[in-house]
Amino acid sequence: MARIDLDNIRHAYMANPAGDEDYALKKVHHTFVDGGAYALLGPSGCGKTTLLNIISGLLRPSEGQILFDTRDVTGLPTEARNIAQVFQFPVVYDTMTVYDNLAFPLRNRGVPEGVVDKRVREIIAMIGLEERARRKAQGLTADEKQKISLGRGLARADVNAILFDEPLTVIDPHMKWELRTQLKELHRRFGYTMVYVTHDQTEALTFADNVVVMYEGEIVQIGTPEELFERPSHTFVGYFIGSPGMNLLPASVDGATVRIGSQSLTLPGRAGALGSDRIELGIRPEFVQLGREGMPISITKVEDIGRKKIVRAELEGETIAAVIDEDTEVPAEPHVVFDPAHLNLYANSWRVDLEGAA
Amino acid sequence: MNKTLNNKAWFMVLPVLVLVAFSAVIPLMTVVNYSVQDTFGSNVFFWAGTEWFQEILASDRFWAAMGRNLVFSAIILAIEVPLGIFIALNMPRKGWGVPVCLVLMALPLLIPFNVVGTIWQVFGRIDIGLLGHTLAELGVNYNYVNNPVHAWVTIILMDVWHWTSLVVLLCYAGLVSIPDAYYQAAKIDGASRWAVFRYIQLPKMHRVLLIAILLRFMDSFMIYTEPFVLTGGGPGNTTTFLSIDLVKLAIGEFNLGEAAAMSIIYFLIILVMSWVFYTVMTNYGTERR
Amino acid sequence: MLELRNVTKVVSGARHISGVSLRLEEGSLNVLLGPTLAGKTSLMRLMAGLDQPTSGSVWMDGADVTGVPVQRRSVAMVYQQFINYPAMTVFENIASPLRVAGTNAETLKRRVGEAADLLRLGPYLNRMPLELSGGQQQRTALARAMVKDARLVLLDEPLANLDYKLREELRAELPRIFAATGAIFVYATTEPSEALLLGGNTATLSEGRVTQFGPTIEGFRKPADLITAQTFSDPPLNTIEVEKKRGNFMLDPTVGLPVPAEYEGLADGPYRIGFQPHHLSLSSSTGADTALNARVTVTEITGSESFIHLDYAGNRWVMLEEGVHRLSVDDTVEVYIDTRHLLVFEPSGRSAAPARPVAA
Repeated sequence: MARIDLDNIRHAYMANPAGDEDYALKKVHHTFVDGGAYALLGPSGCGKTTLLNIISGLLRPSEGQILFDTRDVTGLPTEARNIAQVFQFPVVYDTMTVYDNLAFPLRNRGVPEGVVDKRVREIIAMIGLEERARRKAQGLTADEKQKISLGRGLARADVNAILFDEPLTVIDPHMKWELRTQLKELHRRFGYTMVYVTHDQTEALTFADNVVVMYEGEIVQIGTPEELFERPSHTFVGYFIGSPGMNLLPASVDGATVRIGSQSLTLPGRAGALGSDRIELGIRPEFVQLGREGMPISITKVEDIGRKKIVRAELEGETIAAVIDEDTEVPAEPHVVFDPAHLNLYANSWRVDLEGAA
Repeated sequence: MNKTLNNKAWFMVLPVLVLVAFSAVIPLMTVVNYSVQDTFGSNVFFWAGTEWFQEILASDRFWAAMGRNLVFSAIILAIEVPLGIFIALNMPRKGWGVPVCLVLMALPLLIPFNVVGTIWQVFGRIDIGLLGHTLAELGVNYNYVNNPVHAWVTIILMDVWHWTSLVVLLCYAGLVSIPDAYYQAAKIDGASRWAVFRYIQLPKMHRVLLIAILLRFMDSFMIYTEPFVLTGGGPGNTTTFLSIDLVKLAIGEFNLGEAAAMSIIYFLIILVMSWVFYTVMTNYGTERR
Repeated sequence: MLELRNVTKVVSGARHISGVSLRLEEGSLNVLLGPTLAGKTSLMRLMAGLDQPTSGSVWMDGADVTGVPVQRRSVAMVYQQFINYPAMTVFENIASPLRVAGTNAETLKRRVGEAADLLRLGPYLNRMPLELSGGQQQRTALARAMVKDARLVLLDEPLANLDYKLREELRAELPRIFAATGAIFVYATTEPSEALLLGGNTATLSEGRVTQFGPTIEGFRKPADLITAQTFSDPPLNTIEVEKKRGNFMLDPTVGLPVPAEYEGLADGPYRIGFQPHHLSLSSSTGADTALNARVTVTEITGSESFIHLDYAGNRWVMLEEGVHRLSVDDTVEVYIDTRHLLVFEPSGRSAAPARPVAA
């Protein structure tokens, strides 16, 4: 296992990038702590896969350095970096048995057969494929194949990191739960450094201790799932995390008072001078309480999605969403109250720190 | 998967059926007709039964030609398949090199068979041919007209030059269908070049390779035009393959009955061998599944 | 109205679809929900006329169309892969079914414009499909299916290859687009949450059979059998075998759950009970629930919710709690089942609840 330092990495796919917009990866300076579980989360084209390929050595960054445990590996090819990777589509050696697939990375490195056998048996038990061990990999289901891919990554005990490139894309929902918890369990038991690329917030949030949210080639926020949920530092994070995403309402602010249309609310702290910045108030649908008191809304739609209901409504001409329990009834003259502890203020899309707020 | 029944579809295939009938079925029937009869010309025929077949199967000349065919096909496959795979593996997978290589590879396939023969006939001449002259300059006593070994080497070289491209193109098609992730995974697993070939590339090429081998076997077993133009079957009978012998028999000696019987035997041999090849190779494939 | 009557499809000995009967109403949205290989695509191909059933018949508006090929039915289809004509502009792509139908230039322009507006493709009409993002490419395919004005529109996991957030947006738009056309829509998905967000009716599929067909939310709240309940649950449904003894479901000889009022009439004997992860909690919802001791195996925290994986006497359960709960692995915690939402199944897998509507 290793600590991975990304030292001022920039990458452009074209030969002579002129401006910032030519870079697929604008500037990344970050450290993945030894034994940490990280997720790189963002929409397609945000640069997350580029970053993963730079870590794995498939791409050499245009600028900057990448260090494994303080050793510069920027110029080293993939095979010299001693990492493991699980791809979007399961990569298995069809003509080999499950056992041979798992033994492959060890045998390639000349590990004695006795050691290989012991290790492979351990891995097979870990990924729960004991009954399949002697079968050809061809003809197994997608999730079994993906387990083999994962197992091959785990086979070498000394890998610096395990990288995941949207590994659950082709897996059915039920199997996703199983594979995810298995990953989590493996991380807890063996403390691998893991970097997991995905566009699926649930996968990212449940897998990682720290989630790196990327948007248009930049890291917009790095934080624990809680931080991303409660204090998104950019409106993009607010939108991208949470389902539905954060409500953003155009607002004006004066000290600790914020106005949306004709309504005014009190913020948990005072905002500094914001001048002519574009101000928005952010509140998660989970913290919008529906009741008979507060600000009047007109409901456009109620979606019953089983364990909760999503209420779509208009407040002061702006659309907002609220999430309520499956057993909660929608009142006849609906009003909403925003939980003051969970109000976030944004100026030009970036979160404003409020003075005196917790 | 059964498709929607549509009777109109039959009308679409009809022209092909008619064409096949005239080009293959009817001539074949004519040949069958000849093979069981004897004639002294002027359209007078006698029933000969299996006489021609017995004669052919008992003749040393037939078995010698047959032997030459088998040796030739074996050599051709032994050279062209590995060489084709090797070239395909080393062709670029992206960039401007791809179209260049593909065109270069396709070139020999576009040349008519008799032209190929003529090209090599000239190429091998000692007085003006690039190959023949160069070899002569180097002190090699090269002469494909007189020396059977030289004649064989030249024909094999010619066939390799002409047909390896087919194997290359088929293998290349198999190779480009392999997703990048496989190569990346192999790198990460520390796989050697050989292991990549053995466990990723070969399994993915397996199906097209089967087709390539089958095609090359059938074609090489039926080879006619190129050696006929180049050596005319000589020196002596050393490059007289079944097809050349057949023509000698039919046109040269006007022995129609015997030639017809020989064609049928020839045809059956190719059919049976292709079938054996195909079954063995597909079974080999499913076993590994 | 599209009707499948006892349709069975056997391909080289394997039953891909067995005895499916469905009635899909005009202007309705119908979801086919089930895991990979449950028969969703096979069923769609039968509906479209791309395949013929081995037995049974397909009826459209009261006429038997079983043998009618797809070209002569009014069907549009959208696939998981983004399928467009790569050498045509977005405009031409959308217009292609109208060109085939010989629509006049003016109408064609108007119809393409309408579809493009509905799917927010206005600015991209002159672009080539491959220059667009995945979401826009799939919108183009959807627009083409729309202008065709087909009676039956089949969508085979159309959002599966899109980003999570894009999927969310397009999914919210789809019911609105559906409503505007009045056609019969069929939408295949593997994800229960997608079915619930789309609403409409859902047919749950398992191994080529329709296990239940009815309003989507009904399938989730009142599943006809265990398979349906499991197909509809994400995270997976928690279950445990119990023995009903008078007023209690006994989990083991000493621990019992009070039987909810609606199940009081059930005969004593073995049952399997099921409950959703959010009906399992660290605190009692009624104050009178039975505390169960379970061992924590994994905790997953999304920031707003926690998924706590538990082991209860060898049963693997998932508990979904609001907020952040950091529980140590291998700790034993007290958990409570909210019995108001309990699902009860007979050993055969059938729901033990009072009669429920099941697909005819």
